[in-house]
Order: sequence, then structure tokens, then C-alpha cells
Amino acid sequence: MERDKVVSIERGSSGSELAVHAEGLVRNFGDNAAVDGVDLKVAPGEIYGFLGPNGAGKTTTIRMLATLLPPSSGSAGIFGHDIVREADEVRSRVSLTGQFASVDEDLTGGENLVLIARLLGHSRRESKARAAELLEAFELSEAASRQVKKYSGGMRRRLDIAASIVVTPDLLFLDEPTTGLDPRSRNQVWDIIRTLASEGTTVLLTTQYLDEADRLADRIAVIDHGKVIAEGTPGELKASVGAGALHVRLADPESRPEANRILSHSLGASMHLESDPAALSARVSDPEKVAHALAELSRSGIAITDFALGQPSLDEVFLALTGRPAEDEEADEKEEEVA
Amino acid sequence: MTAPTTTSQNIAEDTLRSALSSSKRPQRPNALSASLTFGWRAMLKIKHVPEQLFDVTVFPIMFTLMFTYLFGGAIAGSTGEYLQFLLPGILVQTVVFITIYTGFTLNGDITKGVFDRFRSLPVWRPAVLVGALLGDAARYTMASTMVLVLGLLLGFRPEGGISGVVLAVALVLVFSFSLSWIWTALGLVLRTPNSVMGVSMMILFPLTFASNIFVDPATMPGWLETAISFNPITHLVTATRGLMSGTVTTGQMGAVFAACAILIAVFAPVTMYLYRNKK
Repeated sequence: MERDKVVSIERGSSGSELAVHAEGLVRNFGDNAAVDGVDLKVAPGEIYGFLGPNGAGKTTTIRMLATLLPPSSGSAGIFGHDIVREADEVRSRVSLTGQFASVDEDLTGGENLVLIARLLGHSRRESKARAAELLEAFELSEAASRQVKKYSGGMRRRLDIAASIVVTPDLLFLDEPTTGLDPRSRNQVWDIIRTLASEGTTVLLTTQYLDEADRLADRIAVIDHGKVIAEGTPGELKASVGAGALHVRLADPESRPEANRILSHSLGASMHLESDPAALSARVSDPEKVAHALAELSRSGIAITDFALGQPSLDEVFLALTGRPAEDEEADEKEEEVA
Repeated sequence: MTAPTTTSQNIAEDTLRSALSSSKRPQRPNALSASLTFGWRAMLKIKHVPEQLFDVTVFPIMFTLMFTYLFGGAIAGSTGEYLQFLLPGILVQTVVFITIYTGFTLNGDITKGVFDRFRSLPVWRPAVLVGALLGDAARYTMASTMVLVLGLLLGFRPEGGISGVVLAVALVLVFSFSLSWIWTALGLVLRTPNSVMGVSMMILFPLTFASNIFVDPATMPGWLETAISFNPITHLVTATRGLMSGTVTTGQMGAVFAACAILIAVFAPVTMYLYRNKK
């Protein structure tokens, strides 16, 4: 299940240095390999999505790439600089926005940004100016002198990202940037990420949502049990999984066997009979066929109450790639939390 | 998902773009400046969470009053006599006890995400620890002032004069800075702030009580007296008393500086090793 299902495209390495180039990255916690041989190639300027369930090894990988955790084996370079031997050089090129707000909750939003600006070497006056500029850009000016512990989740996340670009990094790590955010805040964060990328910053983000990776990322790696099990553009990945799932609900449960026969035939896929006696679903690879299949259904006089064509969920991607559903790997997760 | 049509709903893209493009990378700050910046952070935390000053104000007052009036009559015949003996010791005990907050605070930082950000910045690595210790020095100074002012009000009269008292406080600060490296190491090893607190207390109680803070060790059984003579706190208290009464010897001072040097030589590298390899 390693590389055979991988939709990988060799990118023409046009001489320019890769933003991230990891080879056989491994990190063990005790007997447990949280990251078990990850290879990654991220080109400069792209948004790269790192997709996987809780505890798959996403955070551990990011922490290694951001020089916070030495790898047990393997190597990685950030713009050609080794993460172990040239850690300092790497730190001056990257920024990290961790999974849990990496800002000081006791301080105000403004103080947090001044603190980071001072630590990066700005003078007191420059730091204040830079903080004000960023607060304005992230619509936090009004909350500038409020303690961060009084911020909403979305404000905190925005401040967190602002702190990461006090000096615009060449590479920005975002660990689950939208987990726990309401839809509006999530949209804002997405806008910010797109703007950053369009200004030339390479972004490596982790996410549990295929939807998010699909909307943002130029390329996606799917990680499971510490291994990359698929890699490619969102389009390639989805094509390998199927376009999504068709859910159909019949007016009369009695007609389900007949509907099953018609749909299976016209979709060319086997239907899944759901626990709701009137419902059935299937993974579909080509949305075109769905219209045809539904038309067939109505021609046979089978009435439906509703249907939905959804994007494949992370579960479905996993099911397709690994033959088993995605599940949180509790033990690993705990290890990462402690870490 | 609604289409983002109203600009007020979204981040002002132009402002963001200009903020991004106006960014420039300044020169890296030197070790001192980075440490002072972290010290400034500690000061800001005191400003925002003044409750944390409870231990540097109320505890010193409580300790001084309690021990002076509880033991004074029994140990030295009068509270006035005892205060002359006790006050330098109480100063040491108070400040040394406050040092454990260093490990407690550091551990809290790690538990939250902010520590990761600091470690991912291209700054002199020990700066975050040194800065925190500098911030703590301000707290120690506050606590020392409380003890001294109260002592003077109760009738403590240091023969060593102002310079003796100032030097004594400075010596206590230097020792506390050195001792704190034990707590930073613990703060990095243990899992929760509360366990850091627990273990620190377990170390500090015997260290402060089995010393010459409260009574003259000559009154104790021989084995205990010997044990106490190896306790660095004992040497610190002796030198502090000496400075305050104007009778300090080079040997007494030397013993304290030796203890400081050993503490730093052992625990600063341990702390830095743990810090660098923190998961």
C-alpha cells in the first residue's frame, strides 16, 4: 500500500532549491514510531497540505522540520539548509504557528507582537510600528490592548499568524490552522493563507479536513501511521479516490432493490445499502454519470425524496487508500500532546 | 459556504499585502538584548497578573512575624535579640522559596504553545531562560525589600550599615539566580506545573530548615551539625549575617560563590541539554 497507489508526479526540479526536502524522516517515541520514514518535496511558493487523522504524525513531522525536535533518523533540508546541522539558518527562514495558540495569553495582542518583533531584532520604535501595522492588517486594532486570554478563537488564531509574519518568513508552518474555528473565522484564515502564498511565502499546513486541503493546497500528502500513503494535487488525489459519494433517498423503501440494480448498473459501481431502509449510497468517480443514473431512476418510475453528491470525506479517502476507515490513533496523539 | 462578497467580513487584503511587503528582516539581536526582552515579558506578566506578587509580599511578612514572635522568646530569650539573629536568615528563606516559581512558570510556558514559538525563533537559545531569571530577580528584590522594611520596623538594626545590607541582598540574588537552574531543569523534565512545585518543595524544606536559619547548629546533635555544614544555604545565611553585621570574612563569601559556581556549572548545562532536546 506504499507507493503503488501514489499519484506522484516528478516535478521538474528547475535548478531552484526546494522549500522542503525530507528523506526518510523518522521519529520514535519509545517503541512507537510517530513518524516512520516520511519523504517530502515542497516547491517554493506553493501551499502544501499535510492531511491525516489525529496522531498520524503530522505535528511531529512539522516539529522536526521547524527544528523543535531532532529526527531519530533521516534528514531534511529547508531551502537547502539541514534541519539539524544548520538549525539556526533554518530558524531564520521559517515561522511556526502551532496547533495550540503559540502566543502568550497573559499579554495583550499588541505586546505579543512587540515581543516577537523585539526578539527578531527590531528596535523598540520599529517594533511598535510593525505591531500596529499587523494588528491593522488582521483587524485586531480594537483588541490591541486586551489580554489574549479574552480573545475569541478566531482572533487568537489571527494574532498567532500575525506573530508568525512579523518578519515575513520564506516558509510558514501552520499546524491545523482552522481546527475549532467557526466558518467565518475559517474563511478569514483561508484568505490570509492565500494572500501569504500569493506574496511568495511557501506554506506547509496540516489539516484533518480534505475539504480544507482541497480549497487551499496546490499539493497534498496523505499521512497515516507516520507514513505518506499518497501524494499529488487535489485533483489527482480525488481522482484516485473517486469524485465523492452519491447519497440517494427513496420515497418508497420497497423500491430499494430495484434502485440498487439500476444505480449499480449506470454508475458502474457497487451500491452501499445504508441502515436507513430507504437510503443507499455509492462512491462515484465521474459526476457526469450521476446525472445519467438519476435520470435512469426516474425513467423506471422510482421516486426519490432527495439526493446529495458530496466530496469524498477524509474517511472515504482513507478507506480508498488503506482499505480501512481513518481512526484517531489515541496512543500516538497522547504522545504528541506530552511532547 | 457563502461567497465572500462583503469586504468588511474579511481581512482587508490590501492592508495585509502591504504589511507583508513592508516587512524586512532586521539584524539578529545580541544575547543580552534578547535576554532583556524576555525579562520585559516577565515584567509585563507581573503587570497583568498582579496576584502572582502574593508570594513576594504576604509570605515574607508572615514568615518574619511568625518566626520572630513564636520562637524569639524560647530561643534567644527575647524577640528583639532573636530578630537580630533571624532576620538575615528569614531573608534567605523567603527569597529561596520564591525561586521555585521559576520552574513552575517555565513548565506552564511549555505546556502552552508559546514555548515552541520562542524556540523556533533565531535568537540566542538560553535567552528565554536567562530572561525569565532576570524577571525573577525583580521579584526577589521586592520580597527582600518587604522583609527588610518589616525587620527595621520591628527593631532590626544591622551593624553593617546600608552598604552591608545592599551587598547582602545582592548576594542572596546571585545565589538565587544560581539555584534557579535546578528548577529550570526540573521544569523541563516534569510534566505539570504542580509536580514541579511538589518536587521543589520536597527539596527546599529540608534545605532551609536543616540549616542555621532558625537556630545555631551548635545546639544540634553532632551528625546533624556536620550535615548542616555541607548545606549551601547555611553558607549563604552565614555570609548574609556577616554582611549585615559587618563581620563578614573572605572565607564566608568564598564559600557562597563556590556554591553558586557549582550549581551553575552542573545545572545550567543540564537545563540547556534538556531544553535543546525537549520533545
